[in-house]
Amino acid sequence: MLADALLLQLGYNATLVAFGATALGLAAGATGAFLFLRKRSLVSDAVSHATLPGLALAFLIMVAFGGDGRSLLGLMAGSAVSAATGLWCVSALTRHTRVPEDAAIGAVLSVFFGFGVVLLTVIQSVPSGRQAGLEGFLLGSTAGMLFTDAVIIALGGIVVLLAVAVLRRPLTIVAFDPGFGQTQGLRVARLDMALMLLVMAVTVVGLKIVGLILIVAMLIIPAVTARFWTNRASVVVILAGLFGGLAGYVGAATSASAPDLPTGPIIVLTSFVFFALSMAFAPERGVLAALMRHRRFERLVHLRQGLLAMAQGQHVYESRTRRLLRRQGFMRPDGVPTATGKNEAARTLRDEARWQVVRASVNLSDLAMRDDGLTPTEDVLTADQIAEIDRRLGPPEAV
Amino acid sequence: MGAEFVALSLPPMLIGTLAALACALPGNFLVLRRQSLVGDAISHVVLTGIVVAFLITGQIAAWPMMLGAAAAAVVAVTLIEVIQRLGRVDAGAAMGVTFTAMFAFGVLLLEQSDTSGVHLDVEHALYGNLESLIWLDAVGWSSLLDPAALAGLPHELTRMAIVFALTLAFILVLWRPLVLSTFDEDYARALGVPVRALGLGLVIVAAITAVAAFDAVGSIIVIAMFICPPAAARLMTNSLVHQVLWSLAFATLSALLGYILAGYGPLWVGLPNTVSAAGMIASVSGLILAICAVAAPRRRG
Amino acid sequence: MSPVELVARNDLYTDGGTAQSPLEIREMTVSYGDQPVVYSVDMTVRPGAMTAIIGPNGAGKSTLLKAALGIVPALSGRVAVFGRPLENARHKIAYVPQRASVDWDFPTRVSDVVMMGLFGQLGLMGRVRGLHQERVYTSLARVGMQAFADRQIGQLSGGQQQRVFLARALAQGADLYLLDEPFAGVDAATERAIINVLHALRDEGKTVVAVHHDLSTVRSYFDDVFLINRRKMGAGPIDQAFTVPALQATYGGRLAEGQVAQLALDAG
Repeated sequence: MLADALLLQLGYNATLVAFGATALGLAAGATGAFLFLRKRSLVSDAVSHATLPGLALAFLIMVAFGGDGRSLLGLMAGSAVSAATGLWCVSALTRHTRVPEDAAIGAVLSVFFGFGVVLLTVIQSVPSGRQAGLEGFLLGSTAGMLFTDAVIIALGGIVVLLAVAVLRRPLTIVAFDPGFGQTQGLRVARLDMALMLLVMAVTVVGLKIVGLILIVAMLIIPAVTARFWTNRASVVVILAGLFGGLAGYVGAATSASAPDLPTGPIIVLTSFVFFALSMAFAPERGVLAALMRHRRFERLVHLRQGLLAMAQGQHVYESRTRRLLRRQGFMRPDGVPTATGKNEAARTLRDEARWQVVRASVNLSDLAMRDDGLTPTEDVLTADQIAEIDRRLGPPEAV
Repeated sequence: MGAEFVALSLPPMLIGTLAALACALPGNFLVLRRQSLVGDAISHVVLTGIVVAFLITGQIAAWPMMLGAAAAAVVAVTLIEVIQRLGRVDAGAAMGVTFTAMFAFGVLLLEQSDTSGVHLDVEHALYGNLESLIWLDAVGWSSLLDPAALAGLPHELTRMAIVFALTLAFILVLWRPLVLSTFDEDYARALGVPVRALGLGLVIVAAITAVAAFDAVGSIIVIAMFICPPAAARLMTNSLVHQVLWSLAFATLSALLGYILAGYGPLWVGLPNTVSAAGMIASVSGLILAICAVAAPRRRG
Repeated sequence: MSPVELVARNDLYTDGGTAQSPLEIREMTVSYGDQPVVYSVDMTVRPGAMTAIIGPNGAGKSTLLKAALGIVPALSGRVAVFGRPLENARHKIAYVPQRASVDWDFPTRVSDVVMMGLFGQLGLMGRVRGLHQERVYTSLARVGMQAFADRQIGQLSGGQQQRVFLARALAQGADLYLLDEPFAGVDAATERAIINVLHALRDEGKTVVAVHHDLSTVRSYFDDVFLINRRKMGAGPIDQAFTVPALQATYGGRLAEGQVAQLALDAG
């Protein structure tokens, strides 16, 4: 069943939804990457919650003009206007008062959403309001999606993607270093605005499929996922788009394969699975890799400190250091250095002495910057330089 | 009029006010610590905890649901911390990943399980149901002195009162170290104040408040009350004590005015039905913040 | 590593008398991520002296202080304060963090900040009495800020903020003062006022350790120096340890020639 779903064998509606969700995922992932790099991910939460009053007002206005109020384009236009208002409130509060940005985001999202709920109850009390189905926009509803809806969503996603492609360079510069962007003649405020417009577009386009509460997940999760795999901003953007698109496709197909699998939550959870796997297993920035690296590093520090203390005939205070020294066979259980331990200690002491020469030397002082207490001189100096230093130091001391 | 008011309006107004107060109080510290959105994250994951508790116990009972919600809040806070530290991701993004994923999981569980016989759905979680918390035993103001009638007060009222008292006690007893560690974390650490434990304690108190308030009034009010009254109060004064007092006043005003506007406002403009009290309370708190943002004495830094 | 101060003892904690070093650090290593910022540093502070911790930017000066106080976690290392473990001796230490480390928009007044220094005595619920108020005002008076007691902290200049931080430390009535860049970004009058207070503290027998940036004032302000560039690069009384070769080793190529010449001249 799932295989059929992934191969789009589940019929017209499922195919439409999968198509739209993929386009949306691509656009949301790529846009969200810039938001994440700019460290403003949660602004999208304010934007998405702020769409609710606009949705409701658009419905009421369309009904007042004799429509049935359910035109997706009309609802999208209304939600865009109120999202823009919410965004303006966030920036006005942050800029003109001492309210910090996170509080401004929280205030706008809760107040706009609250007001939206008030309007929803108003709609329920007017005739023709009961079947409005606006609640579907909270968590998305894909049942009975129209062909035109799917086309609007896919087109919207593609337009956003194109805009991201065009703006990728200036957006990257601004995300990385707004001050530098300014000196390069970039209008930082305008680019920020452009980014927010893209976020708004993604939100509005995504309302139908994942709903306004969960659309932030499509903006945030793929970007964070991508960041685990690369240190290059341009690659983060591409990967985030791919992760987003894949989550959209797999999620939509999965949700079509069985009853009671709501599309929006399934897309978000698919995305989260990608995230969790990446966080755990990514080769360099992943948690497992980092933990192993850190343990190795800690051992190195303790061993070197312990050996130096031994070389200078000092007591080793740290029990962990002593344990490591014993395990390496450098120290006997009673704390007395072994023969190999003495050798190793002498070697370490020699290395320290060489570093001392390097640091004091005028010519080599640039290399001294690489002295982090762990790097052996052999990694930094040429054999000739070491020979010269050793000649100056005289024969090594035995321990 | 009196009898109807005491039975139908007084309990929800009291519950709404207590919920607003209990949220605004720790909210002052959350806002100052740049942790406003912790309240947002907690309120989202509470749904998941409640659904899980329902699936385990098979019934809608107050205490298991509170426990489940509190557990979900602790899981969320831990997960945010883990993602932030081990994954080296900024706090905002870590929160965004955590609460959306947990919320999505809660919605999925809800759809998968048979909750048709019980009152448990996403809308309820968001808006609560303040209007339904009525006092059937009340016959008038005299019922306030009648032990038999008092026993019939909605449980939510007792629960909210207890939680508010707890929050108040937490803030009062730990006032000095809380202020100290919020203003100057390094100095507090140097004095030996357990800064981490204190921060976690604050988040847990916020979670307990969110959970208790959520059942009665829904998450919108919780988020709005964590943030709006303290933020508005900050614009009124430069003294922390006064800020806290202002925030409590704003919270009370939001709850009472919001409830009245939701209940009677539509009648005044000729609409047949009442509107959502939770939504209106949040809206009023936003209005107060907006007014403070343009007119309060200390609005600029 | 000068062997003089490496007395082989099995334990740092002697709980000893007045000759005990106010601050003793052994084999302290601190890393941010996988990069050591302080590497295997030993430090013994002389009682009743004013010690400057100096070194280039990013050399781990502030980190050393923070790790000694347990503000940042150390990878390894032991700390003794007046011969006792840190946790038993915190009341003897007054720490003055960098000015920029706090949010000066916090809703509080100058006297409230200084009152924070009395937390150790007041505890959670202790009543603020007349003698506590008195202590706050005398501390403020010592740094010349008594007129600002009721001022909102956001309205202070950088120098005034620094004085308030010092007043808070004074209110503690500690024996060991640890200051993180107390002269960074302050006006000349404030610098004068602060150094006068610190000298007065030393004359009362207190011990002062300060992270310091300005090499030209080390000689006139301090008694001892501690040179650090990730590792300890030297330590001791000014006339022995504050030498051109030691500075060159500490700063590498980053010490301008004019500076070196001036310092050589100062040294006589």
